[in-house]
Amino acid sequence: MEKKIKLTIDNRPVRVAPGTTILDAAESVGIAIPTLCHIDLKGTCVKNNPASCRICVVEVEGRRNLAPSCATVCTEGMVVYTNSARVIRARKTIAELMLSDHPNDCLTCPKCSDCELQRLVMRFNIREMPFTGGEQSARKKEITAAITRNMDKCILCRRCESVCNNVQSVGVLGAVRRGFDTTIAPTFDRMFKDTDCTYCGQCVAVCPTGALTERDNTDRLMEDLCDPNKIVIAQPAPAVRVALGEEFGMKPGSIVTGKLVTALRYLGFTKVFDTDFAADLTIMEEGAEILKRLKAFLAGDKSVKLPIMTSCCPAWVNFFEHNYPDLLDYPSSAKSPAQMFGAIAKTWWCERRNINPKKVVVVSIMPCLAKKYECEREEFCPDGQPDVDYSISTRELARLIKRANIRFTDLPDSDFDTPMGESSGAGAIFGATGGVMEAALRTVYEVHTGKELQKIEFTEVRGLEGIREATIDLNGFPLKVCVAHTLSNARILMDRLRKGELDYHVVEVMACPGGCIGGAGQPYHHGHVEILQARAAAIYREDEGKAIRLSHKNPDIIKLYEDFLGEPLGERSEQLLHTHYFNKQIQ
Amino acid sequence: MSEMKLSCEAVRQVEEVCEKFQNDPGELIAILHECQSKLGYLPEPVQRIVASKLGIPASKVYGVVTFYSFFTMTPKGKFPISVCLGTACYVRGADKLLEEFKRVLGIDVGQTTPDGKFSLDCLRCVGACGLAPVATIGEKVYGRLNPADIKKIVEEFENRE
Amino acid sequence: MDEDDCMVSVAKFYLEFTVGESCGKCTPCRIGNKRMLEILTRITEGKGEMADLDQLQNLATVIKDSALCGLGQTSPNPVLSTLSNFRDEYVEHVRAHKCRAKKCKALLTYTIDPLRCKGCSACAKSCPAQAIMGETRKPHVINPYVCIRCGMCISRCHFGAISVI
Repeated sequence: MEKKIKLTIDNRPVRVAPGTTILDAAESVGIAIPTLCHIDLKGTCVKNNPASCRICVVEVEGRRNLAPSCATVCTEGMVVYTNSARVIRARKTIAELMLSDHPNDCLTCPKCSDCELQRLVMRFNIREMPFTGGEQSARKKEITAAITRNMDKCILCRRCESVCNNVQSVGVLGAVRRGFDTTIAPTFDRMFKDTDCTYCGQCVAVCPTGALTERDNTDRLMEDLCDPNKIVIAQPAPAVRVALGEEFGMKPGSIVTGKLVTALRYLGFTKVFDTDFAADLTIMEEGAEILKRLKAFLAGDKSVKLPIMTSCCPAWVNFFEHNYPDLLDYPSSAKSPAQMFGAIAKTWWCERRNINPKKVVVVSIMPCLAKKYECEREEFCPDGQPDVDYSISTRELARLIKRANIRFTDLPDSDFDTPMGESSGAGAIFGATGGVMEAALRTVYEVHTGKELQKIEFTEVRGLEGIREATIDLNGFPLKVCVAHTLSNARILMDRLRKGELDYHVVEVMACPGGCIGGAGQPYHHGHVEILQARAAAIYREDEGKAIRLSHKNPDIIKLYEDFLGEPLGERSEQLLHTHYFNKQIQ
Repeated sequence: MSEMKLSCEAVRQVEEVCEKFQNDPGELIAILHECQSKLGYLPEPVQRIVASKLGIPASKVYGVVTFYSFFTMTPKGKFPISVCLGTACYVRGADKLLEEFKRVLGIDVGQTTPDGKFSLDCLRCVGACGLAPVATIGEKVYGRLNPADIKKIVEEFENRE
Repeated sequence: MDEDDCMVSVAKFYLEFTVGESCGKCTPCRIGNKRMLEILTRITEGKGEMADLDQLQNLATVIKDSALCGLGQTSPNPVLSTLSNFRDEYVEHVRAHKCRAKKCKALLTYTIDPLRCKGCSACAKSCPAQAIMGETRKPHVINPYVCIRCGMCISRCHFGAISVI
């Protein structure tokens, strides 16, 4: 057994494994040292540990100055104080310094009550601003389709920089200039829209303050909901129903599908449909594409592009359009579920109901910020009419529900509307990394082999490992699949593909850690990986609870093909459900 | 967005410098140093080439360039003009001088004229308060300047090679 | 450095250097040194308050104790040592608006001794701010609100009539 290190923290004896930081050691005995720049989603690659904010300093006996507990490793016999007068004074002064370079507008800040700096200020009992008249550095503001950036509120924790560079390998956000003039800015101080930014929004997901937040569409939605001439229809994504409850004090991992539907109806949506339905549709199209390419490959066609890659994640689409324009014909041409939903709603549904599609407002409720950008893409707005009018995040929906005086936790359950509300368990698991792959495998297996699956779950593609691979036996043909989440893992795969060294048939990529459950539009996790794990577990519970668990067995999907689309990859499907990609490399 | 294009020769030079250092990201500062000494400054396209050769994000290169005051992203003119904005010069109308320089040259502070002849900067006191307001062009100090004199002085330099 | 140097200005001089050299990574050095410099600047301009001295002491202690690197950990030393050894100079700046070393320009007053002034107007001609008035051959006066305290007049006066208090 490994030798343990013995030390005392606040006079309490602690035993930890060698290499443990004071911060983690303290946590293990219930001492919660305050932190700000530090974030560590254990088990994923999301980590920021620059020891730069100095909020977590502690007193170590025999040491000249205070030690940053997040970056100081425990040693044998160490005597640590986390709450001595010296430490408390230093922490308070440091927080006061941050306030002196921060706008004093908490009441109207989008992060109010969810801001980590605000919490520290309350915790440290700061009741006045001691550094009045201090000059603030000039920083930029920007509102993009997906992200709102207000760098006045930046405290330079550099979490966004770590995520953008190390986790996503997008490399857009970085520190520029020096000293007091330091700012976090996109490449060459440009606006996000002029950079390689993918709008994955993970910078927003980790920002402790209101410097990076989502583009807010709640007022726009409120107005549309109140407009009697508009037919507003909702489509919530799979990952929303396992996270929304958190915003109302429910336990992470609570499944609130029924309450969600009721809340959307109370908000005034004319119809409440389900993106899960469209996820099943995606599997029909993408599955058919997988089979088509496989068939050609097995028939000896050397020109067929393998692996085929999933294309549900708009940040991932942006990523390969910006960084791998030479490989645009590898990803599946299938649109994302949300976009498929919009296209079907504004054609099939409107036609059958005799509704003018111009009166219909399709609103997607997404765990994602890139979706806000995706629905604005030109190719998704045929004749200037967007398939999906706009997207709101899980957080924005929670705010709307509160604003509409709806006590969410007391709501009764209700069911989605038909005909686009029925979904299979395969559609439900889209929200977790590996879910799209698993859903596709369920359908591809049955369609290709003609056999019924004995065991529906493909658990080998689940989990939080950055890159996971598996080989599936398809009637003797070993189908090699790979699942990656976060864009740095996607980059590893794409670089291998570019060199011709990627030996898989199907690859799933999701930009956010954990997949959509860890999306940038979800309730803030504040560094607690257990929240992501609870959401993923809930997603799979949702799947298990479904009567139908395979996309091609969803009766509404079967009806849609019989009634309107014909067959997967048929002419109408190609026109409505498929897209193409563009070279967006910045010169 | 910077639309400026580098000459093929400049591109080659930058690539050569990177290769000389084996495209090692650890040599970024040395590479930038040498690029600046060859080209006089480090415009966006240069930083992009360095980033792609070294396999690092352009934002990282830009961060380093803005961090060190030695690195510059704007080429200095052949005749760098500095207008003193120290207290004495300021009360004697240096702000008006600066405005006149901007007008005559058609550039802003920190910029260089398209022909590369003049660049315009401000500084704080050249130690000649008695001559206020003062401007320096190259090494030469001009004192007791009047906005009306600017055009003539600029023309005088324009005719020089 | 000797008794002709102002200790507040000396501390300020060092702070200007550390503010310029701060990399900006850790909070205490990036913002703390900037705030210390602002307080010192206020004091040298006669706008300081006694509470500023406590604030300085606190800031300096915390920055020294919590900054990430050697620059931040040593940058408050000039403040701490001048505060402990020359506190009376700080107090004088704050309470009496006086700089005994005559280094803090904002706290100086240039005056012309009417008994020594011959009214030659050399000072007035040299003044870049046109702060000196007077008729020829009669004692001149300096308008303290216009005077920029550049010292040009003293260097031009042949009669030692101008002094700084």
